Amino acid sequence: MRHIISVLLENESGALSRVAGLFSARGYNIESLTVAPTDDPSLSRMTIVTSGTDQIIEQITKQLNKLIEVVKLIDLTDGQHIERELMLVKVVADGNDQREEIKRLIDIFRGRIIDVTDSSYTLEMTGNSEKVDAFIEALAHIEIIEVVRSGISGIGRGKRALKI
Amino acid sequence: MELTGADILVKCLQDEGIEYIFGYPGGAALHIYDALYKQDEVRHILVRHEQGATHAADGYTRSTGKTGVVLVTSGPGVTNTVTGIATAFMDSIPMVVITAQVPSHLIGDDAFQEVDTVGITRPCVKHNFLVKDVNDIATTMKKAFYLAHSGRPGPVVVDVPKDLTAQKAEYHYPENVDMRSYQPQTRGHAKQVERGVDLLLQAKRPIIYTGGGVVLGEASEPLREMVDLLKFPSTSTLMGIGSIDPDNPNYLGWLGMHGTYESNMAMHGCDVMFAIGARFDDRVTGELAKFAPNARIIQIDIDPSSIGKNVAVEVPIVGDCKEVLTQMLPLLKARTDEIDRPAVDDWWKQIDEWRSLKSFSYEKSDVVIKPQHVVETICNITNGEAFVASDVGQHQMWAAQHYQFDRPRRWVNSGGLGTMGFGLPAAMGIQLGNPDSVVACITGDASIIMCIQELSTCLQYGLPIKVVNLNNRYMGMVRQWQEFFYDRRYSHSYMDALPDFVKVAESFGHVGMLIDKPQDLESGLQEAFAMKDRLVFVDVMTDHTENVYPMIAAGKGHNEMHLKPGQEEQQERELA
Repeated sequence: MRHIISVLLENESGALSRVAGLFSARGYNIESLTVAPTDDPSLSRMTIVTSGTDQIIEQITKQLNKLIEVVKLIDLTDGQHIERELMLVKVVADGNDQREEIKRLIDIFRGRIIDVTDSSYTLEMTGNSEKVDAFIEALAHIEIIEVVRSGISGIGRGKRALKI
Repeated sequence: MELTGADILVKCLQDEGIEYIFGYPGGAALHIYDALYKQDEVRHILVRHEQGATHAADGYTRSTGKTGVVLVTSGPGVTNTVTGIATAFMDSIPMVVITAQVPSHLIGDDAFQEVDTVGITRPCVKHNFLVKDVNDIATTMKKAFYLAHSGRPGPVVVDVPKDLTAQKAEYHYPENVDMRSYQPQTRGHAKQVERGVDLLLQAKRPIIYTGGGVVLGEASEPLREMVDLLKFPSTSTLMGIGSIDPDNPNYLGWLGMHGTYESNMAMHGCDVMFAIGARFDDRVTGELAKFAPNARIIQIDIDPSSIGKNVAVEVPIVGDCKEVLTQMLPLLKARTDEIDRPAVDDWWKQIDEWRSLKSFSYEKSDVVIKPQHVVETICNITNGEAFVASDVGQHQMWAAQHYQFDRPRRWVNSGGLGTMGFGLPAAMGIQLGNPDSVVACITGDASIIMCIQELSTCLQYGLPIKVVNLNNRYMGMVRQWQEFFYDRRYSHSYMDALPDFVKVAESFGHVGMLIDKPQDLESGLQEAFAMKDRLVFVDVMTDHTENVYPMIAAGKGHNEMHLKPGQEEQQERELA
């Protein structure tokens, strides 16, 4: 099953490689991994999307907790949560018809056009992974030049929070 | 007062009360070596290869409980320590390894003798640091020692660029460390402890299964008290040997691939298993799918990730073995009448039958020297009181089977990583930490050559180790597997062109002895162990066809042990 694990860790050089090394050394899956400092610059927050049996997920959380730099973590998928991913897509936009179609599509998905040339659009959209996937499918007739996805960031709903 | 980074490093070691540091100098470490030269509180032991330094520090730690310290230079100095660091890591041995690094401005430049130390050692350390500011050296060292010995212990690497060791800073060694991200839990959760007691007392076919955590956590005393109180069958892993007195009638010997028949059978047949500081290693469990099919398991471990890792546990208790056992004892004492004695007595009857097989027994010979006999003789000569370091292979198993260790920290071997070459340097560390004790290194002709250069270190520091080489002219364990599972195709397991070990020992300045007749074994070993102030290398020519029995082959369960030839048939007859 797919799990989203949020980790607060000391914002120190090398912490990211410890996490990445742990996943590769023990053969755990990483679907995506995002990390950036929090409002407290001494802490980074990492969101890891992984999958595995309950036993594997339990080991992953235990092994992560064992890393000296990890302060705290939660499995967001244990409760209600919100997840978002940012995607940037550059597409070929030639001729009025095509340009209109892309504009309509991005409106439907509540995205934005953030860069324009006479032959291309760069689109920005956020959402959960399904929405982002669905948008790429909707672009089936459009020629995609490149796609950049940030990977999932997640947060618990309501009072559920990961903080120290 | 302002000190240089090098002086700060050495001052930290002094303030930490370090007696010995095992090391080898080199370019990037020269400032630190200069600081060592100017003092005499911390004694530096110059090894002949950095791997030897790590194993020596490791042996020192395992035998004394005090954290061992290593100092090496950058580049190859570091890469040579990796085997020793991984050895310590796999057996959770506290160790601090100070590695010099090229000057800060050269890091990442592929400089002379540069390696990414933090990167190379990351998977085999508990933690590592690259110090970036001379002002951080003292706090980093304090953290390193704290991390190494607290919680689940392990090696910690501190990488110090050369320029920092020349820069100056105020010296202040912190008294305490507080890390928000590292708070090991030592006390067992009261509710879980109670649940553990409940389940243990319900047992009809109990087994107490203890591991290296009991040795590391100094929990032998409360463990012995509990075993005597409950009178439950108890076994130990290879790493936990000595935690329970072998003369204790409740002790079934050690378990696993080459452990006793009775301990493995009892593990298989138990209904309640109490695991204490043991991690269900594959050499212990055999095939997991066949492991203890009816067991309800209670497990104490200081490392939550060791609980439920490969075997489901009904009552997990995170905590320090000694502390949790001390919590449990009064609860158990108050409720011993709940034990189902008739059921446990029946269980004992069954176990005693298994025990009567004497699975460690072997055939003595007048013609060839049996390796088991060598170990038994050493045990007799030393009254079972020596520290024994072993290398890895058949001799390791025979040493564990036939030397009777009646207390923890006397049996020193590389259980997790299985590092050949560990024995001799480990014995050096043991001898330094226990200068008045007898230290034997039981080794084999293949293992000993892997770190034989340390004989030179032994001479320099006058370490009177007794090296007993069970010389069967083979990598015995490899040969055994090839005999059993590869149709006797002995691919590259024959040690052709072995040196004359007597001459080797003599050329290093030691006493060399050859024993090749069973009749000379006892007198020869007696003579060797009588030379109290000399290192004696005893080369014993042993039976090269001997195999280690009993054995659980790959893919087999605890109840599918191979016994020694003749015993299996005998057992079948008895069952019939």
